[in-house]
Amino acid sequence: METKTKDFKYVYDKPEALVDKVTHYCPGCGHGIVHKLLAEVIDELGVREKAIIVAPVGCSVLIYDYMNFDGCEASHGRAPAVATGLKRVNPDSIVVAYQGDGDLLAIGTGEAIHAANRGENITTIFINNAIYGMTGGQMAPTTMEKQITATTPYGRDPMDVGFPIRGCELLNTLERPVFIERCSIYDFKNTLKTKKAIKKGIKNQIEGRGYSFIEVLSTCPTNWGMKPQEAANWVKDTMVPYYPLGNFRDN
Amino acid sequence: MNEKILMKGNEALGEAAIIAGCRFYFGYPITPQNEVPAYMSRRLPQEGGTFLQAESELAAINMVYGASAAGARVMTSSSSPGISLKQEGLSYIAGAELPCVVVNIMRGGPGLGNIAGSQGDYFQSTRGGGNGDYRQLVLTPATVQEMADLTVLAFDLADEYRIAVLILGDGYLGQISEALVLPKPTGKVFEKPWALTGAKGRKPNKVASLRLVPETSLEELNLVLDEKYKKISAKECRSESYLTEDADYLLVAYGTSSRICREAVNELREEGIKAGLFRLITAWPFPAEALRIASAKAKKILTVEMSLGQMIEDVKLSVKDPERVDFYGRSGGMLPETDEIKRRIKAYGN
Ligand SMILES: Cc1ncc(C[n+]2csc(CCOP(=O)(O)OP(=O)(O)O)c2C)c(N)n1
Ligand code: SF4
Ligand SMILES: [Mg+2]
Repeated sequence: METKTKDFKYVYDKPEALVDKVTHYCPGCGHGIVHKLLAEVIDELGVREKAIIVAPVGCSVLIYDYMNFDGCEASHGRAPAVATGLKRVNPDSIVVAYQGDGDLLAIGTGEAIHAANRGENITTIFINNAIYGMTGGQMAPTTMEKQITATTPYGRDPMDVGFPIRGCELLNTLERPVFIERCSIYDFKNTLKTKKAIKKGIKNQIEGRGYSFIEVLSTCPTNWGMKPQEAANWVKDTMVPYYPLGNFRDN
Repeated sequence: MNEKILMKGNEALGEAAIIAGCRFYFGYPITPQNEVPAYMSRRLPQEGGTFLQAESELAAINMVYGASAAGARVMTSSSSPGISLKQEGLSYIAGAELPCVVVNIMRGGPGLGNIAGSQGDYFQSTRGGGNGDYRQLVLTPATVQEMADLTVLAFDLADEYRIAVLILGDGYLGQISEALVLPKPTGKVFEKPWALTGAKGRKPNKVASLRLVPETSLEELNLVLDEKYKKISAKECRSESYLTEDADYLLVAYGTSSRICREAVNELREEGIKAGLFRLITAWPFPAEALRIASAKAKKILTVEMSLGQMIEDVKLSVKDPERVDFYGRSGGMLPETDEIKRRIKAYGN
C-alpha cells in the first residue's frame, strides 16, 4: 500500500449506523465495543434502514441514542417480548434485542427462553459482565463463585444463591434457535470473532432463518474495581474457564 | 348487514376488534375471558393476522408494546390477576404514548379470588396500577352490543390520542349470549409517522419514556401527557342518563350492575316511584358534569357496584351535596339484587 504524506487514503471511517457522539460508558467498558461491532455489521449488511434496536434496562439503556437507526425502549427484561411484537408486525425489519445479564437471565428469563423457543426471527446480543452494572455492582445471575459484589460482600456462595447460569448452554436445550455462540471482547482476536458472530446472527435474520443468540463475555471495570486491562484479564482468566467460548449451534 | 346475530360478549368483542382493523393479538389464558383468545386464534389467521399465545401476561403486554411501536392496531385481553401483571407494561405504554386496546373481563379478587364476574378493578383501571403520572381511557360496556360497539370506538380513541384504551367488562358480560348487530368499520385513518418502520429517507425514530437529562426533561413529557389527558377529559366523557330528569332517587352504576339498576328503575317507576339511572360509559374520564346535571334534583343517590365501594369516590367528588350519596354493593362474584335496590330506595321515604 503506497502512502503519500499529503495524499491520505481513507481506510477507516465511523460506521454510518453509529451516531457520532461521546458515549456515557466508563473507560474499558465492553458495551461501547459491542455497539461499534453491531453498527459495523449493520452497515456491512446494508440493513440500517430496516434495523430496530431494542434497548434493555441496564447500562446500555441508551443504546438507541448511539445507533443511527430506529430504536425502542423495553422495560427491564422484556426486550424479547417487545422484539417479538415489532418483528411480527413488520417481518422485513431487522430486530436486535440487546440485553445485559440481569436483564436476560434474572428478571427476563421467561421472555428470553420463550422467544428463543418460538424461534422468533430476531437476533439477541447478550452482554455477560457478571454484574449489575447500572445499579452499582450487585450480584447478577452470572456473577462468579466467590466474586465480591455490592450484595455478596462475602463472595457469591453457590450453596446459598446458586451457581452462575450459563446462557448459551441453557438455550442450547431448545430446538428452534439456529445460532448460539459465546464470544468475548477481552482482546483483539476475540473481538473480531465477536463481530463475526454478530454478523452471522444478523445474516440469519435477513435470510429468515430464525433465532440467533450471541453471548459476549464483557467487562465492567468500574464495578469490578479494576483497571481496564485488569478487567480484560479477569474475563480471560476467571470467566472463560467457567463460560467456555465457542459455537454451540450453527444450523 | 343489519341483521341480528347471537353471540357471547367475549366473542362479539373479538369480532369487533377484527372489524376495527386489529390484526394482532397477544394474550395468556385466564377465566372468564378465555373465549377472546380462542376466538382470535381462529379468526385472525383467516384475516391474515397474527395470534400469539404469550408465555405470561407480562410478555403479552410487552408484545403489544412492540407491535404498537411498529405501527399496528393491536389488542390483548385478560382478567383481573392477569391485568395486575400488565401494569408495568401499561405504564411504559403511557410513557411512550403508544396506542393499544386492553380488555379486562373482571373477576373476583383480591388474589386469585374466584372466576365469577366482579367490578373490583375500578381503582386499578381509573387510577392506574402502574408507576408514574399517567392515565388511560376506560370504557365500560353493559351489553353484548356495547362490547362490540365500544371495541370499535376503542381502537379509534387509542390511535387518536396515542393512549391505551381499557375495555372494562366483567365475567357475566363476557359469558352472556345476546343478540347484536355487528358494528361497521368507522373508516378513520390515522397516520403514524412515529412508528418504527425503518429509518429509510427519514431520521431514526425512537420509542422510549426514559428522560434522564435536563435537555430531555421528564417534566416536559409529563406536561405533554397532562395536556392530552385534559383534552380527553373535555371531549371524551360518555354516559347514559335514563329517566333522570324528574328523578327523586338516582342510581349510579356501570356495566353489569347498571343492568340490574335499570330493571329496578323500571319496576319502581311502575309503582309510581320516580327513580332514574345514571350509567357510566367512560369510567375515565369520569362523566362528572353529566352526573351533576342528572343528580340535580335527586333526594338520594344510590351507587351500586359489584365491589364494596370504589366508583362511589368519583360519584361523591362529582355531585353537589355528596351527603346524598349512599352505597349498595356485592362482592366476591355476587350480584346486587333488584329487590334489595328497591327496598333501599323505598326505605329512603319522602
Ligand atoms: C422492574 C425494574 N427493577 C429494577 C430496576 C433497576 N435496574 C436497572 S438496571 C438493573 C440491572 C442491570 O444489570 P444488567 O442487566 O446486568 O446490565 P448491565 O448494567 O450490567 O449492563 C436493575 C436491577 C428497573 N429499572 N426496573
Ligand atoms: S458501570 Fe460497568 S457496565 Fe456500566 S458503563 Fe461502567 S463499566 Fe460499563
Ligand atoms: Mg450486567
